[in-house]
Amino acid sequence: MSRKRISFRTELPLLVWLVVVWGALWRDFSPGNLVFGALIAVVVARIFYLPPVELSGRFNLLRAIPFAVVFLGKVVAASFQVMYLAIFRGPSVTNAVVAVPLRSHSDLMVTATGHVISLIPGSLVVEVDRSTSTLYIHGLNVRNDSDTAKLRREVQDTEASLIRIMGTRAEVDALQAEGLSATRGASS
Amino acid sequence: MKDIVLIVAAVILSLAAAGAIYRIAVGPSLLDRVLASDVLLAILGAALSIDMAVNRHLNNLVLLVALTLIGFVGSVTVARFVADRRGQVNDS
Amino acid sequence: MTPNATGVDAVIDAVTAVLLIAGALMSLGAAIGLLRFPDLMSRMHAATKPQVLGLFLVLAAIGLQMREWWVWPILAVAWIFQLLTVPVSAHMVGRAGYRTKHLHPELLSTDELEAVVLRAAGERAAEKAEEAGSDVPHSRNGGHTGGTTGNGGPSA
Repeated sequence: MSRKRISFRTELPLLVWLVVVWGALWRDFSPGNLVFGALIAVVVARIFYLPPVELSGRFNLLRAIPFAVVFLGKVVAASFQVMYLAIFRGPSVTNAVVAVPLRSHSDLMVTATGHVISLIPGSLVVEVDRSTSTLYIHGLNVRNDSDTAKLRREVQDTEASLIRIMGTRAEVDALQAEGLSATRGASS
Repeated sequence: MKDIVLIVAAVILSLAAAGAIYRIAVGPSLLDRVLASDVLLAILGAALSIDMAVNRHLNNLVLLVALTLIGFVGSVTVARFVADRRGQVNDS
Repeated sequence: MTPNATGVDAVIDAVTAVLLIAGALMSLGAAIGLLRFPDLMSRMHAATKPQVLGLFLVLAAIGLQMREWWVWPILAVAWIFQLLTVPVSAHMVGRAGYRTKHLHPELLSTDELEAVVLRAAGERAAEKAEEAGSDVPHSRNGGHTGGTTGNGGPSA
């Protein structure tokens, strides 16, 4: 097992998260407690070594906040959609398993997209193909080809906004190039 | 007000729990039962949280986080083994 | 909740009551979905989504009632744990369900995974034929059907 030294910078988000959890569980955000928590976080991160999450090193807060708001809205919509379908459609609901190829090949991006996809209306990840970074999505209430296309576009739009938030420079450039070459009328 | 909220929530949650338990009892497959018990766990979590909100304390919060994690570990483990077992049956 | 609340307290209590009832209704919605949907996959939708929203509503109610700033980080941590774990367990259950043929094909309008699985199964059968006799243990085959690794990426 080769242990690549991970830089402090890539480890920082994990440490910050651990400190926040520590403070939250103690219900005490006094400086002393936080320093002690940081100490424990460093020790834990050193001892229980995990493969590093390959962050791109950029995070666009201006795009992250609207995304979070839209995401919350979609979570609400998802619950109501499921309830509506359960009550009014019930046993006669039609589903589909749709293959959606993603642009990005980084594990983090595929994971993040899968997580968000699982929580927005009408989609769940059934299978992940890492070699081609394809997600197989189970869509609820997908009856025909136009619904399939809509689901696929929804997934790819989600990935696009995640790339804009925390993708690597290269991914963002590729996305922009794609946006320019695509039809101008696309509203995104 | 407090009593009304508690009673309404209790009735709703009981109905929900009854539904989940029915699915656990009937559920045609093991995975259906796992899913239903996950929902039952979520209902328990909701009940704990409603108690916290109404009576203004946080005693159950750590229990709530633990419940979430246990439910997660439980369903992942079962799903993993179901997939494995079936894979081997197919192979042999 | 404050007994005989007036002014701001009454408003906060009313909002709390609405949030609590809505959160409880989400659980009921999940249960209805479990009972009424025809197959495992659609039940999975019912089991995951209302659960996340329901917990969010109820935690928001707790935050409103406690009226202390340090409560919000704890509630956020509790909810984020839920956000991180629910999709993963749903994915694991769904994957196992798909592989053990819990899907009702007549309920699907399209299935783009089937062809991939069939092809992978074919390749695996060919490998198996080559390997025959060498007695290689392959206990982990269930987790890696023909290149499709389903870990959902690295769980950090």
